[in-house]
Amino acid sequence: MSSNSFAYNEQSGGGEATELGQEATSTISPSGAFGLFSSDMKKNEDLKQMLESNKDSAKLDAMKRIVGMIAKGKNASELFPAVVKNVASKNIEIKKLVYVYLVRYAEEQQDLALLSISTFQRALKVNGRDPNQLIRASALRVLSSIRVPIIVPIMMLAIKEASADLSPYVRKNAAHAIQKLYSLDPEQKEMLIEIIEKLLKDKSTLVAGSVVMAFEEVCPDRIDLIHKNYRKLCNLLVDVEEWGQVVIIHMLTRYARTQFVSPWKEGDGLEDNEKDFYDSDEEQKEKADKRKRPYTMDPDHRLLIRNTKPLLQSRNAAVVMAVAQLYWHIAPKSEAGIISKSLVRLLRSNREVQYIVLQNIATMSIQRKGMFEPYLKSFYVRSTDPTMIKILKLEILTNLANEANISTLLREFQTYVKSQDKQFAAATIQTIGRCATSITEVSDTCLNGLVCLLSNRDEIVVAESVVVIKKLLQMQPIQHGEIIKHMAKLLDSITVPVARASILWLIGENCERVPKIAPDVLRKTAKSFTSEDDLVKLQILNLGAKLYLTNSKQTKLLTQYILNLGKYDQNYDIRDRTRFIRQLIVPNEKSGALSKYAKKIFLAQKPAPLLESPFKDRDHFQLGTLSHTLNTKATGYLELSNWPEVAPDPSVRNVEVIELAKEWTPAGKAKKENPDEKFYSESEEEEDSSESSSDSESASGSESGEDEEEDHSGDSGEDSGESGSESEAGKGRAAKHAKARGKGDSKDVDKEKENSKSSESSSGESSSIEESSSDSESESESESESESRTITKAKEKKTKQDRNPLTKDVSLLDLDDFNPVSSPVVLPTPALSPSLIADLEGLNLSATSSVISVSTPVFVPGKTHVLLHRMSGKGLAAHYFFPRQPCIFGDKMVSVQITLNNTTDQKIENIHVGGKKLPMGMQMHVFNPIESLEPAGSITVSVGIDFCDSTQTASFQLCTKDDCFSVNIQPPVGELLLPVAMSEKDFKKEQGMLSGMNETSTTIIAAPQNFASSVILQKVVNVANVGVVPSGQDNVHRFAAKTVHSGSLMLVTVELKEGSTAQLIINTEKTVIGSVLLRELKPVLSQG
Amino acid sequence: MSRGEARGRVPGWGGGHSGRRGRGRRRPCCHGDAGLSICRGFQTEKDSLHSLTVSTMIHSLFLINSSGDIFLEKHWKSVVSRSVCDYFFEAQERATEAENVPPVIPTPHHYLLSVYRHKIFFVAVIQTEVPPLFVIEFLHRVVDTFQDYFGVCSEPVIKDNVVVVYEVLEEMLDNGFPLATESNILKELIKPPTILRTVVNTITGSTNVGDQLPTGQLSVVPWRRTGVKYTNNEAYFDVIEEIDAIIDKSGSTITAEIQGVIDACVKLTGMPDLTLSFMNPRLLDDVSFHPCVRFKRWESERILSFIPPDGNFRLLSYHVSAQNLVAIPVYVKHNISFRDSSSLGRFEITVGPKQTMGKTIEGVTVTSQLPRGVLNMSLVPSQGAHTFDPVTKMLSWDVGKINPQKLPSLKGTMSLQAGASKPDENPTINLQFKIQQLAISGLKVNRLDMYGEKYKPFKGIKYMTKAGKFQVRT
Repeated sequence: MSSNSFAYNEQSGGGEATELGQEATSTISPSGAFGLFSSDMKKNEDLKQMLESNKDSAKLDAMKRIVGMIAKGKNASELFPAVVKNVASKNIEIKKLVYVYLVRYAEEQQDLALLSISTFQRALKVNGRDPNQLIRASALRVLSSIRVPIIVPIMMLAIKEASADLSPYVRKNAAHAIQKLYSLDPEQKEMLIEIIEKLLKDKSTLVAGSVVMAFEEVCPDRIDLIHKNYRKLCNLLVDVEEWGQVVIIHMLTRYARTQFVSPWKEGDGLEDNEKDFYDSDEEQKEKADKRKRPYTMDPDHRLLIRNTKPLLQSRNAAVVMAVAQLYWHIAPKSEAGIISKSLVRLLRSNREVQYIVLQNIATMSIQRKGMFEPYLKSFYVRSTDPTMIKILKLEILTNLANEANISTLLREFQTYVKSQDKQFAAATIQTIGRCATSITEVSDTCLNGLVCLLSNRDEIVVAESVVVIKKLLQMQPIQHGEIIKHMAKLLDSITVPVARASILWLIGENCERVPKIAPDVLRKTAKSFTSEDDLVKLQILNLGAKLYLTNSKQTKLLTQYILNLGKYDQNYDIRDRTRFIRQLIVPNEKSGALSKYAKKIFLAQKPAPLLESPFKDRDHFQLGTLSHTLNTKATGYLELSNWPEVAPDPSVRNVEVIELAKEWTPAGKAKKENPDEKFYSESEEEEDSSESSSDSESASGSESGEDEEEDHSGDSGEDSGESGSESEAGKGRAAKHAKARGKGDSKDVDKEKENSKSSESSSGESSSIEESSSDSESESESESESESRTITKAKEKKTKQDRNPLTKDVSLLDLDDFNPVSSPVVLPTPALSPSLIADLEGLNLSATSSVISVSTPVFVPGKTHVLLHRMSGKGLAAHYFFPRQPCIFGDKMVSVQITLNNTTDQKIENIHVGGKKLPMGMQMHVFNPIESLEPAGSITVSVGIDFCDSTQTASFQLCTKDDCFSVNIQPPVGELLLPVAMSEKDFKKEQGMLSGMNETSTTIIAAPQNFASSVILQKVVNVANVGVVPSGQDNVHRFAAKTVHSGSLMLVTVELKEGSTAQLIINTEKTVIGSVLLRELKPVLSQG
Repeated sequence: MSRGEARGRVPGWGGGHSGRRGRGRRRPCCHGDAGLSICRGFQTEKDSLHSLTVSTMIHSLFLINSSGDIFLEKHWKSVVSRSVCDYFFEAQERATEAENVPPVIPTPHHYLLSVYRHKIFFVAVIQTEVPPLFVIEFLHRVVDTFQDYFGVCSEPVIKDNVVVVYEVLEEMLDNGFPLATESNILKELIKPPTILRTVVNTITGSTNVGDQLPTGQLSVVPWRRTGVKYTNNEAYFDVIEEIDAIIDKSGSTITAEIQGVIDACVKLTGMPDLTLSFMNPRLLDDVSFHPCVRFKRWESERILSFIPPDGNFRLLSYHVSAQNLVAIPVYVKHNISFRDSSSLGRFEITVGPKQTMGKTIEGVTVTSQLPRGVLNMSLVPSQGAHTFDPVTKMLSWDVGKINPQKLPSLKGTMSLQAGASKPDENPTINLQFKIQQLAISGLKVNRLDMYGEKYKPFKGIKYMTKAGKFQVRT
């Protein structure tokens, strides 16, 4: 032990102590330093002698001992001259150990190292001609590891030579050496980039990983070097060794984000939570621009996504994580779901892997709950998990909580709260608090549960509960007098300062609700004031001040007593606070104007704290990176760029096929026969060949024989050998793929058909992309293009249906999940009040955007529409209207109230919603079946429909016990909005950003009396559910709303002009809705 | 003692390392082209050499034992002072338990990524952004390799074989980037020590470096060495399934999953090409493969086709879909009660077989972490032996086989701390068991075929079911 500490000291002490403690024996005592010194010199002499002896065994023994010294961190530098002499030893073992030594000390002993270089160089030269690739490689490795600047030119030469070596293993080492040389002398950058460029073209899987690594080190910004190799890298990826895969995938992720356009379409019904993901303002705008043209995924983009998928099956956790982040960052959102299964699998791995994976899942699960919901139980905590794992799992469970699973989760949490791991128990309580705020159905259950915990034995649990309850009560300004009273009682028993302070604050804040208890609490705490913690003292002062202001009769003296105590407190904070409070609340001649407002200051409405995930903001770091784990930018972190608005020229990735044709002639037959073969012919073939080498049922015998014979030229040999039948199949797939892509186009085209102009132009563009990327096969290209066109025109409906199943598994609004009533909850939940939900939703929204916050709608007499006439409904009549409330079933739904009347003289039984026929993407939350409706009875039920911001009709069947009636709800465009409160300034700012394409306007002519502000307000609000924006100008009226589904802003401006004209302007990125709204508003405003 | 003392002598971690610190601070500028000119500027400085280090993935590796001694260090680039580990020690102290030391620790100029296995911390020092899993996975691979080489991976063994360890590490990483991590290749470069070879080495004074460097067929089948020869050609496959479960107080299953692996021991001459097919491959919900398995073939035919590495390797690990109900082979009856006033508590557990498909359950061990309030236990087992550690409060009961006629039970009393209130949670019970010749998921290997070689190999398949993380809440 002492020797260890000794060595430690010597290490850090630097040069003067170098001779000390070089021996490994543990008998050294610091007091014997001098004796040690001499004996040690002898020891080293000993080693030197051994190194100079003629016997290899003695040399080897000495080298082993020296390596042992190095491994223990001891200094062996003074042996340098003796060791270096052996660099040319013929014994491989000695040589290897000398290499180890040289690499370790050459940097420190440059002069001596230089002396040895000539010897060394000679050794290298001999090796250079060595037929064994491993020896060539190892020579290069050692040479490049010697960090002595003067040998840079030698290194450069060696690297150049090695990069052209026949052996891929040597070329791999050359790639490694590039980084080493670059770190030694960045001046060489240009030359090194040339070598990198050359090595990037290498077709060996062995080289690919290393050269990309070198690329990332030396010139990560030279993305242009990748273009030509992109397809090759994608296709080689599966066969690259696992570490190389990680590096390549990370690099390609960055590449894809600069070269392709975003595959994330807004409003395609798939992104439920992720809408606010990249929600910065420019992004919004960018998205808006993009929506103008239909999205076609670049085939190269698709290639990357497809070729990385098998790697999810890798045994290497780093590879799986790399693919997962690639899917997360560049795949269409509907496809990212496949990564969750693999990530969950990684949770079986070691603790460290779990830790990193759970962190990444935590970030993902905030944005896309649906991805991990099926795996909820995999995140259940075991008592044997380390605390950090437990807490991460808890975090994910919280993120995944929803109405459907909350009752199960709460039961699970009950177990956790009792855990012996108190830190974890406390975290669970926090979690319950968060669930209570995010899922309103259970907030009372949670609150009750937390109150129960107040009688827990463990103080930490109680304290944490108090703190959470305080936050919850603050968020729900409802009468919770009972709980406050209960907590006041607890004050006698709780000693944890934070909890005591929280209770006092709560009582102070609600002192008018518990008028009898509050003064009593003050009395008690005044007694114990001097012995309280500082935190508690401050809250006692606050409580006193608040009571003084509301109930001065009873508490005046008490407060003054406390203020006196505070005045002489040891803590200056408390003295300061005391002085401040006294000046504010006690009226005297000196007190300034402020004391008038004392009550306002102390009893102001405090904003409720937001209980949110600590992983909320991590998404701006690329997943799977160190920066993400640490939540700070690590050195050398490369930002993931935003998607470009317009894809850079895809043809840069085309590779001239001619160059390769020669090599491939044996396989060329198939190529010519198959006109379907696609643009990335080169790469496809390569993939096929690798495939066929692994697909070897028939050919395995011959193949494995071949394997043995094959040397470095193995790859090409294999290629030529047996790509035959398989490659054909591969091509067929590619062709199919192209067709599928064509369909994809058409879907988009038809979706945007209202915007015909722009869509047409862009469909032209998309086909031109295909054209340019398919060099040779004009035939197939035109085929697929024409096909896509016909589909566009003819199969509108079909494509819509095609889409539906896709949405289903990802969508959060899966109807099965929404059974808040039927799901068993621990305590009976009280009926929901929609307004409360509206409140909370407002809260949530304000968290994501500072500008958009839902306001209460302006009251208008609701227009009822007939849903089912009593004649056609056999006596059952139904009307519906839009209550203009945020929907309680989902924040993307429009809430619709349906009033059912029984006009018959018999009971109508079992009224329910039967089959639904909704356009794609639309969702509907139905009402619970009504058992029976008495004659002449009427009942109002509410349903939620997600119209996807379109005015398409939602058709469904209203069924009774005996009959089914088809009914339709078509929303007026104005009902697809939710009013938004914003300031005039914000309005102008937003409007400024929504100009150009996003602006529609028209002129209105009407009688002047129609332009009275109240009239305009009334008229606009009648048509659309918008919020009024306070205006500074009399002649300008502004209204703001957001669309229910996508949350896009809808800004309406009515600007009065002279001569009974007015300008009506609508700014929104949802241009379709905007123009419809304009059409609807215009006649309303202009008519008398 | 040693650590505290050691640190006491070092004046902080700045001290004699100001030069290194300076380098650390300047380093970031070496990335991207904007920084390049600055770097060039530095070259004129005296310490230009130091300012020019560019990132490398894994810079250094320290091995630290449980008492906080650094007993091995290896640097792949310039030397990083071991004082960087002080940050690690600090985190270790804060975490109280080794398990809770965060795997990623940032320090001002480095990042420490660590893995804890076999009571040793493997701490990698890195300087720049790198996927943390990359490093962690690599460290685990290093540990696996040591285990493979030396049979066990412990401090004394590593100290005894320090030269081999050093050579292995040298081969595994080049410039901080993984080079050869396949044990087949490594073993060809550096021979693992065997008893015989150790004796020979001490006599002849040779090391374990392969005396002939392999001629290197590295590009063809990177995971298999060439020229393999056996007199007995045999291939064994072990299908091992683990049940992870949480059982509720009342005995109902809260969550249960089956995770399985197929471990192989293949000793076949030449370049055999194997295919393994299952009776019911659809059971496998999620699989991960050894790189040797041809993925396309699996995708299309659900057949495992591969050229195996030589020796032991994990062919496949899989997960049986959660939709399938998991048969839980054991049940635990428990009656653990604390009374509020009394200083005695009752403790009674019985283990019995449930759905075992007629197989015997063996190797049963029961462990439980009892609450702090429990001072001691006096228990009588009906079979097996039990221990209770009054310091860690860990009860463990080695049950052995379960005889369905006479169920094993452990009964007795717990003495509790006088005056302490009763703990609010009953302890969870962790269960270990084994069932031979049974794959609980019902997975069955159909056949194993070999192509490419002429001889007839001996083939064997073994099934086993084990408890994974099997917990019973009480």
